[in-house]
Amino acid sequence: MTRLKLEGISKHYGAIQALSAVSLSIAPGEVLGLMGDNGAGKSTLVKIIAGNFSPSSGEIRIDDRPVAFHSPRDAQREGIEVVYQDLALCDNLSAASNVFLGREPVRRVGPVAYVDYAEMNRVSARLFSRLKSETRPRDLVRRMSGGQRQAVAIARTLLSEPKIVMMDEPTAAISVRQVAEVLDVIRRLRDHGISVILISHRMPDVFAVSDRIAVLRRGELVANKKAANSSPEEVTGLITGAIQAA
Amino acid sequence: MTTVDDVISTSEHKNWFSRITSLQSFWVFMAAIVACLALTFLTDSFASERNLFNVARNFAFVAIIAIGMTAVIASGGIDLSVGSSVVLSAMVISITMAAGSPFWLAAALALGASLLVGLLNGLLVAYAGMPAFVVTLGTLSAARSLAMVLSDNKMIWEFGPDHNVLLWVGGGSTLGVPHPLFVLTALAVLMSCIFRWTRWGQHLFAIGGNENAALLTGIPVRRMKVSIYMFSAFTAGLAGILMAGWLGSVTTNLGQGMELTVIAAAVIGGANLAGGEGSALGAVVGALLIEVIRNSLILLGISTFWQGMFIGTFIVVAVAFDRVRHFRS
Ligand SMILES: Nc1ncnc2c1ncn2[C@@H]1O[C@H](COP(=O)(O)OP(=O)(O)OP(=O)(O)O)[C@@H](O)[C@H]1O
Ligand SMILES: [Mg+2]
Repeated sequence: MTRLKLEGISKHYGAIQALSAVSLSIAPGEVLGLMGDNGAGKSTLVKIIAGNFSPSSGEIRIDDRPVAFHSPRDAQREGIEVVYQDLALCDNLSAASNVFLGREPVRRVGPVAYVDYAEMNRVSARLFSRLKSETRPRDLVRRMSGGQRQAVAIARTLLSEPKIVMMDEPTAAISVRQVAEVLDVIRRLRDHGISVILISHRMPDVFAVSDRIAVLRRGELVANKKAANSSPEEVTGLITGAIQAA
Repeated sequence: MTTVDDVISTSEHKNWFSRITSLQSFWVFMAAIVACLALTFLTDSFASERNLFNVARNFAFVAIIAIGMTAVIASGGIDLSVGSSVVLSAMVISITMAAGSPFWLAAALALGASLLVGLLNGLLVAYAGMPAFVVTLGTLSAARSLAMVLSDNKMIWEFGPDHNVLLWVGGGSTLGVPHPLFVLTALAVLMSCIFRWTRWGQHLFAIGGNENAALLTGIPVRRMKVSIYMFSAFTAGLAGILMAGWLGSVTTNLGQGMELTVIAAAVIGGANLAGGEGSALGAVVGALLIEVIRNSLILLGISTFWQGMFIGTFIVVAVAFDRVRHFRS
């Protein structure tokens, strides 16, 4: 069974061809390292899978079923979760509110439904401790360190039982200890049979956790191979174009 | 070893005192109280029942709309069309009542007219992606013009069979409290709860804090924006009905320039023009301060030309206060 299968995904923004006919598949519990230069189309691919944009052409299949997402909620319902490149946090809200952004639980008393902050705090606190992060659910995100903000964005993906977690540069701008923590999270997700797509410019991180490496160059998929059969040198060559394809 | 419960209960807010004193609306409220006390000593007329009644009623109109404006500002937008929605609503209710329709029907039509203005604002901002400033500047002009066309620019002071009902609703009082103040109190309590305890409120502040994040996490940003502009227009329509009853006559310059006072009230009360912050209580307190200043200038015999200077100063001070607070944290 393939968890996620992309067939001929293309996307253009006006005249800019961000992705051209990308085909890719991921098995359950597989970690895919997605690499490429700035502007290669990585974030665009993530946003298409996450339901933020629809592709100009191509098909997405989940568990061998074709799906069409019209909003991020559709993708979430299919078990797709994302850590966005800019983390997508609201500075003016608490950590717990950010974890539940768009999915706030409500309690009903007769005709009134109100947001269940107690539940949000409880669940977020549990997720933060699972991530070994010193993040307090009720603190405002505005006052948080880079690592804590990252933890909030990652905690969001663990809220439901995800099938696929995509992380767009989750290790940029955090400390060595926290990078190790994030890589640990990725391994634990994998052990639970969750597929992970990791986007990073940091070669050692990608090689540390990935089963497979895919490389995008100017919107085209130029490599998709087992990490064990590749090397940082080869991937660097593929990214820059020194090696055409592998 | 700290448990999950410990983590939840630890919060940066130390105690209720430091929490309250960190609120801008608290200090604005204090300023209004100080001004009231000073006026009580400096003038004979301030603390008179008649004057307090007038202050309470006058500030209610601005405060009602300021609550709607706070919703728009907290979501990162602006609504310049509220003054025109006021006159459109007042004109629709007075014309339909003069034509013989009962109060409730006319009031519903008036609110409907202002909601249409809000709907137009919301659609153009959310779906056409036009800047709120420009869109609402357009409807500011268009809605007032429509009111002029409807009334043929004449004053209306006879409201048909339910004439007295309208005057009672807008100008009457119960237990010594003017009716607009009841409306304001109900609206302020309701909206405080809605801002804090509903998903609509959460999403509103999320959009104001980071619209892109709201979009990416699947919050229906466009629909939210339409509803927010409609809510703002609704408060303006409500105020229009009350003002028509209070004044006993409606002319086409009703509510002219009101948007600036309303925005000032919201901002003084802690609404952040960059989005993401604001409260219903703050809007009320901001409107109160503005009315107390206006009233004090009149009572102290100072030319009302100075009013703008004071309000302007308070706006700048309020924003400076906000800057200092953010700088410290
Ligand atoms: N919303 C948009 N509108 C127009 N063009 C866009 C948009 N988003 C991305 N692009 C373009 O699409 C191309 C791919 O961008 P994308 O963000 O996917 O790159 P990336 O691989 O994530 O780069 P980085 O490593 O810098 O994050 C770029 O040329 C970019 O300019
Ligand atoms: Mg990117």
